Amino acid sequence: MATEPTSSFLEYAPAPESTAILSLKSDYGLFIDGEFVAGNGTPFATISPATERHIATIASANAHDVDTAVAAARAAYDTTWSRLSGADRGKYLFRIARLVQERARELAVAESLDNGKPIKESRDVDVPLVAAWFFYYAGWADKLDYAGLGADPRALGVAAQVIPWNFPLLMLAWKIAPALAAGNTVVLKPAETTPLTALLFAEILQQADLPPGVVNIITGAGETGEALVNHPDVNKVAFTGSTAVGRAIAKSTAGTGKRLTLELGGKAANIVFDDAPIDQAIEGIVNGIFFNQGHVCCAGSRLLVQENVHDEVVDRLKARLSTLRLGDPLDKNTDIGAINSREQLERVRALSDIGEAEGAERWSPACDIPTDGFWFAPTIFTNVSTSHRIAREEIFGPVLSVLTFRTPAEAIAKANNTPYGLSAGIWSDKGSKILAVADQLRAGVVWANTFNRFDPASPFGGYKESGYGREGGRHGLTAYLESSGWGADRGLRSAPARIESSPTKKSRRKQAAK
Amino acid sequence: MTRLTIPKTYKLAIGGKFPRSESGRTYEVVAADGSFLANAAKASRKDARDAVVAARKAVSGWSGATGYNRGQVLYRIAELLEGRRSQFVDEIVASEGVTRAAASTQVDTAIDTWVWYAGWADKYVQAAGNGNPVSGPYFNLSTPEPTGVVAVIAPQSGASLLGLVGVVAPALVSGNTVVVIASEAAPLSAISLAEVFATSDVPGGVINVLTGSPAEMAPWLASHADVNALDLAGAEALDWIELQVLAADTLKRVLAPVGGIPAPSLERIVAFTETKTVWHTKSLI
Amino acid sequence: MTIAPITLAPAQRAVELIGGDLTEKSLRLHLEGLSGVDAVGLEQRAADLGSRSIKTTSKARALDTIIRLIDLTTLEGADTPGKVRSLVAKALTPDPADLSTPRVAAVCVYGDMVPHAVQALGAAHGDPDAGLVSVAAVATAFPSGRALLPVKLADTRDAVAAGADEIDMVIDRGAFLSGRYGEVFDQIVAVKDACRRDDGTFAHLKVILETGELNTYDNVRRASWLAILAGGDFIKTSTGKVAPAATLPVTLLMLQVVRDWHVLTGERIGVKPAGGIRTSKDAIKYLVTVAETVGEEWLVPHLFRFGASSLLNDVLLQRQKMTTGHYSGPDYVTVD
Repeated sequence: MATEPTSSFLEYAPAPESTAILSLKSDYGLFIDGEFVAGNGTPFATISPATERHIATIASANAHDVDTAVAAARAAYDTTWSRLSGADRGKYLFRIARLVQERARELAVAESLDNGKPIKESRDVDVPLVAAWFFYYAGWADKLDYAGLGADPRALGVAAQVIPWNFPLLMLAWKIAPALAAGNTVVLKPAETTPLTALLFAEILQQADLPPGVVNIITGAGETGEALVNHPDVNKVAFTGSTAVGRAIAKSTAGTGKRLTLELGGKAANIVFDDAPIDQAIEGIVNGIFFNQGHVCCAGSRLLVQENVHDEVVDRLKARLSTLRLGDPLDKNTDIGAINSREQLERVRALSDIGEAEGAERWSPACDIPTDGFWFAPTIFTNVSTSHRIAREEIFGPVLSVLTFRTPAEAIAKANNTPYGLSAGIWSDKGSKILAVADQLRAGVVWANTFNRFDPASPFGGYKESGYGREGGRHGLTAYLESSGWGADRGLRSAPARIESSPTKKSRRKQAAK
Repeated sequence: MTRLTIPKTYKLAIGGKFPRSESGRTYEVVAADGSFLANAAKASRKDARDAVVAARKAVSGWSGATGYNRGQVLYRIAELLEGRRSQFVDEIVASEGVTRAAASTQVDTAIDTWVWYAGWADKYVQAAGNGNPVSGPYFNLSTPEPTGVVAVIAPQSGASLLGLVGVVAPALVSGNTVVVIASEAAPLSAISLAEVFATSDVPGGVINVLTGSPAEMAPWLASHADVNALDLAGAEALDWIELQVLAADTLKRVLAPVGGIPAPSLERIVAFTETKTVWHTKSLI
Repeated sequence: MTIAPITLAPAQRAVELIGGDLTEKSLRLHLEGLSGVDAVGLEQRAADLGSRSIKTTSKARALDTIIRLIDLTTLEGADTPGKVRSLVAKALTPDPADLSTPRVAAVCVYGDMVPHAVQALGAAHGDPDAGLVSVAAVATAFPSGRALLPVKLADTRDAVAAGADEIDMVIDRGAFLSGRYGEVFDQIVAVKDACRRDDGTFAHLKVILETGELNTYDNVRRASWLAILAGGDFIKTSTGKVAPAATLPVTLLMLQVVRDWHVLTGERIGVKPAGGIRTSKDAIKYLVTVAETVGEEWLVPHLFRFGASSLLNDVLLQRQKMTTGHYSGPDYVTVD
């Protein structure tokens, strides 16, 4: 009889997803008016946060480039996009959705490489949602009469969109799909640490033969974003990112007539009652804060557990964390990937140290941390009080703060006791309690017996300082529309006359040299 | 010498398969100029019965799919139609005696209509359903759900493919399955469309196509207790009031004839749905 | 009129946990006090575990582990001594072209076929943890369980007397679904008792819950606890005669119960999913689920089994591919 191997079955052999599927360029330009052009700002590098290795050199857009991009979007709006029928806009969006599906594996690998998130997540969650978002909004493009704004609502014009680094391609889809469906054109700036999938997406737009200028993607850092949202010829601003920047944008756009939606930070409460389905609640807690390394605005970063089951929940949670795998994002068995940047890692470390200093009890499972790259072990703080900083401030990393409550009313009070209001979780086997608690939570998304569920048909967005406006669903569409009567008597810019003609058969884009 | 063609045999479409009529009967389909086009199956009441059985069997799978999934499947059909444009154009030119240009326009419009309906699959609930602000500690939600099996009499004259698409697509969007009686004089597009369904991801039985005499088959479908709704769109030349009376026995939902081809509308989707309203108590203590 | 509490048969585990006079009522209160199961969340977790990628060395090891954990099964009305002999030969030499292939854990047959199995095994009959093959017999009016208790006990005793090392019993689903937990409990206790041999040792008792008929996950959780409290050594999903048979979510749930029992008492109970596991790919998902739920200590014959027949050949095909480097075919594995 063969002797049993001494190593552990749980030490799974490496199962790497190959990067051979990618054909990346060494340099990427700005995508303006259907072509990649050089940027006038100083190019910068994008690196893999897991290895710190260079991936590509990325162009940077300065104020002049922003001007060019907005002009291209404006021209495309005036001459082409606003004159297409909704059905035709929908057809372009369907094409994009299909191309994303066809190139799904490639996009997932690129996302994990550039962002640091596990390939399991980019493959099974991010990219499928991207395709779904485009599919969903494609179908709305010729049904705007049913969006809830009366007959024949109008697009706003040119939309300036700035997105974060935590779900790069998905945030791009959340922005571009409804904007285009509603008839707007777009200038979008991806985050400076995660530009890669946006640039691959630009190649997909070329394959879809989207009219030039309808979507423009300009890479750069904070200054580029600022120039973009403050550009005078922009009608709509959509921003997802930190509350601090959101505040600044709200101030700088005040009085400009620009429509604004903001999707900002959060400090969501995940409420576990004593009658919760216990094993699924543990999964929900884990998913709530460790999915995407906790880089989630709606992360369940505060566990509010009913005091009479606190010990049992914490014990089960710790046991569960011991099977989480931290490591190479491109390994198919990795559960926890890299922290996106050195800056973010420092922030997470700093706040965690504060947590210890404040007197909370810190715990992490044993983890092999690679030497290169940016990594942080999943961490739980127990004995956290509501006045601790780690209970108030958004850490945006794999760090959970555990607090207790005694009654449903107290859970609600603690959950609501924050300037944020993006999301919340409720775990209980009792329907009447779930619905009553959901009623009283001041949060834009409430998940009951689940967490981190996203769907293009489901509106997402926050209360209070988590921002305003919704993305997804019919509500997400209305963010990019105004009703026909709106502003007509206020002398605001009116929509151009609609001409019922089909787009020119011949693409006006020069054939891209391959 | 010109190449000898391989003429197609046109059969019924039931349960994802293509059987001849159990009665063995056929009838001549002639071109607009009177020349012979094909022998199409002349469906009997038993074929209609079998089609309803197949349609019922397919309801749970099709209505149980997510709206997104149904939208994907329906969009795929549009992709396949697009690929087979010339086949459909040929059939229409032969059947209806119109010009190639007119036939092309009809096919384009039919495909675009199909895409329009496909895009509703994951959104009609948002347009036709809603939460209700009842007075009391209750969660209350109204949702339109598919009614089940829909029997349809397709428009019997005019643009045959467009007429068929205009009545079949809206029923499918919400998850219903369909038994459709095609245009008697111009059934070829209907069977070709059924072939497209069979090669797409549409499960067998979701769409069933009967060719033959509407006058003969319609009463059996109208009175069938396992058919939930009856679309009399193309029945204006029949004794459709009598059909409506037959349908009344089992309280079917009935849409009256339109006289022509129905325009795409949300109402047509919602007509084949039932609105379910759910109440649930709410209490903190 | 007073209602006397129905006292249940004594079972050590139940008495220790629930305490005092073990009655129908106290048992019921305990079972109904267990945490509920959210099906959507459970199935999601199972799907997650099923998405693990087990490759190269891990896969090779997994394939061999699966074989070692198979209860190679034939449960046909048409079973004959010849069929059973053929099954045993396969159990001992799964792949005649590759004698390094491990043996299965056990053969599983109807009670009246046990003597033929024992005879065919000869010197290889024994403890699978020691590399031998044991004989498991289904009993208690398998698969329906619809017979009076004396019949079910006779069934069991006969199989044990004929040499069965393990008894796979079925619970009374009718009694369970109509809320007569005490009756289900008492039957298991009685069958366990019928597993006692003259020398005082016991045949191992696997309790088949028939999860497909229990229908809800809440019921499966309760039945799992009930079977353990009543003295079962293994909880088993299905007879394989009813669909759905074993599923990954149901097995995950049963493993969670076994994990909780271990945390509570230190005792290890075995789990056997049976029926519907036909491919290596599926079986590997189960190994992952075991390892990540209760720990890889459970991946041994006395704590985990696959109830399967066609699974073995698929594993052999995969094993052959790993050895030769090319895809294999049905001509290269034997039919039994």
